[in-house]
Amino acid sequence: MKLTLHIWRQKNAGSKGNFKTYPLEGLDPNMSVPEMLDHLNEILIRKGEDPVAFESDCREGICGQCGFVINGHIQSPEKSATTCQTHLRSFNNDDELYIEPFRAKSFPVKKDLCIDRTAFDRIIGAGGYIGVNTGQAPEANSILIGHDTAEEAFDAAACIGCGACVATCKNASAALFTGAKIAHLAMLPQGKLEAKARARAMVEQMDAEGFGACTFTRACEVVCPQSVSVANIVKMNKEFLWG
Amino acid sequence: MLDARIPEGPLELKWTQFKATCLLINPANRRKHKVIVVGTGLAGASCAASLSELGFHVEVFTFHDSARRAHSVAAQGGINAAKNYKNDGDSIWRMFYDTVKGGDFRSREANIYRMAECSMALIDQAVAQGVPFAREYSGYLSNRSFGGVQVSRTFYARGQTGQQLLQGAYQSLMRQQKIGSVVLHTRHEMMDLVVYDNKARGIISRNLDTGEIKSHSADAVVLATGGYGKIYYLSTLAMNCNASAIWRAHKKGAYFAAPSWTQFHPTSLPQMGDYQSKLTLMSESLRNDGRIWVPKKAGDDRKPNDIPENDRDYYLERKYPSFGNLAPRDISSRAAIEQINAGHGAGPLKNAVYLDFKESIDREGKQVIEKRYGNLFNMYEKITGINAYQEPMLISPAAHFSMGGLWVDYGLMSNLKGLFVLGEANFADHGANRLGANSLLQACVDGYFISHYTIMDYLAGNGLSKTDEKGLKEQFDKDTIRVKERLQKLLSIQGDKTPETFHKELGRILYSKCGLLRNAHALQMAREELKNLQQEFHQRLLVAGEAHSINFELEKAARVEDYLQLAPLIVEDALQREESCGAHFREEFQTKEGEALRNDNDFGYVSVWESTEKGEFILHKEHLDFNYVTVSERSYK
Repeated sequence: MKLTLHIWRQKNAGSKGNFKTYPLEGLDPNMSVPEMLDHLNEILIRKGEDPVAFESDCREGICGQCGFVINGHIQSPEKSATTCQTHLRSFNNDDELYIEPFRAKSFPVKKDLCIDRTAFDRIIGAGGYIGVNTGQAPEANSILIGHDTAEEAFDAAACIGCGACVATCKNASAALFTGAKIAHLAMLPQGKLEAKARARAMVEQMDAEGFGACTFTRACEVVCPQSVSVANIVKMNKEFLWG
Repeated sequence: MLDARIPEGPLELKWTQFKATCLLINPANRRKHKVIVVGTGLAGASCAASLSELGFHVEVFTFHDSARRAHSVAAQGGINAAKNYKNDGDSIWRMFYDTVKGGDFRSREANIYRMAECSMALIDQAVAQGVPFAREYSGYLSNRSFGGVQVSRTFYARGQTGQQLLQGAYQSLMRQQKIGSVVLHTRHEMMDLVVYDNKARGIISRNLDTGEIKSHSADAVVLATGGYGKIYYLSTLAMNCNASAIWRAHKKGAYFAAPSWTQFHPTSLPQMGDYQSKLTLMSESLRNDGRIWVPKKAGDDRKPNDIPENDRDYYLERKYPSFGNLAPRDISSRAAIEQINAGHGAGPLKNAVYLDFKESIDREGKQVIEKRYGNLFNMYEKITGINAYQEPMLISPAAHFSMGGLWVDYGLMSNLKGLFVLGEANFADHGANRLGANSLLQACVDGYFISHYTIMDYLAGNGLSKTDEKGLKEQFDKDTIRVKERLQKLLSIQGDKTPETFHKELGRILYSKCGLLRNAHALQMAREELKNLQQEFHQRLLVAGEAHSINFELEKAARVEDYLQLAPLIVEDALQREESCGAHFREEFQTKEGEALRNDNDFGYVSVWESTEKGEFILHKEHLDFNYVTVSERSYK
């Protein structure tokens, strides 16, 4: 299989980047996108060129580390998939692929395809937890949680923190990420007590990080590898206003 | 003989006794003690958060960009606890016994009993944190069964249990960071452990974004840096999993126990081609409803759905009727490789066996199966393009979990004082084979419920105040220079082979000669091949870029160098242990039926290794006493 790659190259946070073109031949359709980049890097290194810097760890769609924009698709042209779960069989022979990092003011590019997503960690730190210390917990079955509630909480908690929602949003809003955590914890009895304060603190942090406002285009839900629902954004607003 | 410092008294009171008599530090004084935690997986994050909640000053390091990404996140199936919610005869004792037996009688009774004892509180803790475990319609917690046991004691959150538990620990950690009690360094790798006066006193870190090398001193150091199955290159682990922190500590004197005990997971996806960088795991929980089979006739090329019942061999059900498809991992993997080697392998490369859901789907309906495993079936389809509701999955054994790791005593402290090793990075609890859903448990129990007691006990009694501060500083300076020199050396070779190429070659040697099946001849060949590969590495390594900015190639080169030094020890360990036990199967030592043949008289100990400056390996032994279980041939028939 043959592809022409146009990859965003940027030396560091302070420099200006641009696309560079790399024709690649002899590719296997079953290769994943990161494996294709491994292959490219091997060639670049042998030629004495700087390899493409990109992050990718678990390569099974759960760690949230990878994630690029491929021909305008956030993460992947496939539905509910991460970049590492995208295989070359998703493309046609002789296709041209434009590969670039997620773009958002709050996710500065560090090098090539690597971005800084620590803003997400600070949003969690602001209140994305239940304030229980080790040792305080009551017997697990003393907190009954309905089957459907547990399932719904799981759906929200499934977020992998990749940032695709921010990257696809025209406002670079982190509402889906933040809303998912607020909703996950607020719908469980253990998390109710702190729900309002949590929503306030996390939303404030989200704003302080420079993420844009949500105008409910629902684009985030479409690209989310875990299909986290925009209903969580509604729950966030509810907790924030009336929680 | 090494002393594991196991408390006196009856098994069920040992931990109670330890907790009742260990030294404490009053709340006002805890702040004066600094503990470094390396690694932010389940064990590291839970330990750091728990210590911080107590008031200790904690500094945390991870090479990831966030504390939420460690490979605990990828554990799918579940976490065990002896809650006996199913009323099916479970108890701490039963769980203890299953685990000792599952580990083929090569682990410490006292440690395992404690893990089973703490398992219940862990479920309580996780639920309190908001971990959305699966529930019955009545609102009570749900359970399922895992390999090697006859009860249902596994708690789960769909196929993402590790992710959900890790989020609980990560959120607790971020809460402590926000209040300033934890200092978190992301994108920092531990380049060396600093040992002074025979005590672990800090680390040298490299900032992976800027290349800055820095010293960090502390009163104790915790390594919770995970397993090293990635040494086999193709494994179920994440790309960046490594042995580096524990190997660097080993070179500073921390003993390494049972390095060759690596678990091969029976239900991974098979290798499909040379380009592949990892093998994806499919959760063991699938074996609850999937039946494993191969064609009876070697080389049968028919499509799986065209092979009639009579021409299929459900070999696990045939060989192990009482455990069937839920036989433990070592046994299932070995049975699979036997079938594959005998020409019964399925798939394009004939390197897999079938995992078939047809019968369960016919019995319970597609919807029920979809509910249980939907995300796993989706994942399978994403990777292979095959719909497993319509045709069986192809699965194959792959390098997975390291039972081996740094040696620790009952308090999870290495032979180096002040160095604590938690989770998969230590060797302690699983013997020669880990049971499914005990990995998350061990990581959590070590981090939430054990380490803060034992670390406090150490800090209260260690007498660090008498340290010669000038000497300590000199040690840090010396180690810093060594780290810088090491990186420069890697960059300066400028040969023609990348770190990745060396890693792949290393993996090929280990898979073929020190993998699921081992024998003396192959191991001796591996020893020679590794020696050559190591030499070649120092002559032909090519590292792109420089040391003062983001350079993934340089990170990888140092980690591969560590792997190349660990590999000979793995081979040595496998060669020295002239018996078969658990995941360690020496072909020379098997029963007539082809099962592992243990030799309790000569090998009833844990092999604990020390490396000398010259790279020689010295064997120490920790004798294993079994006072509460009867050591027997492990049978799942």
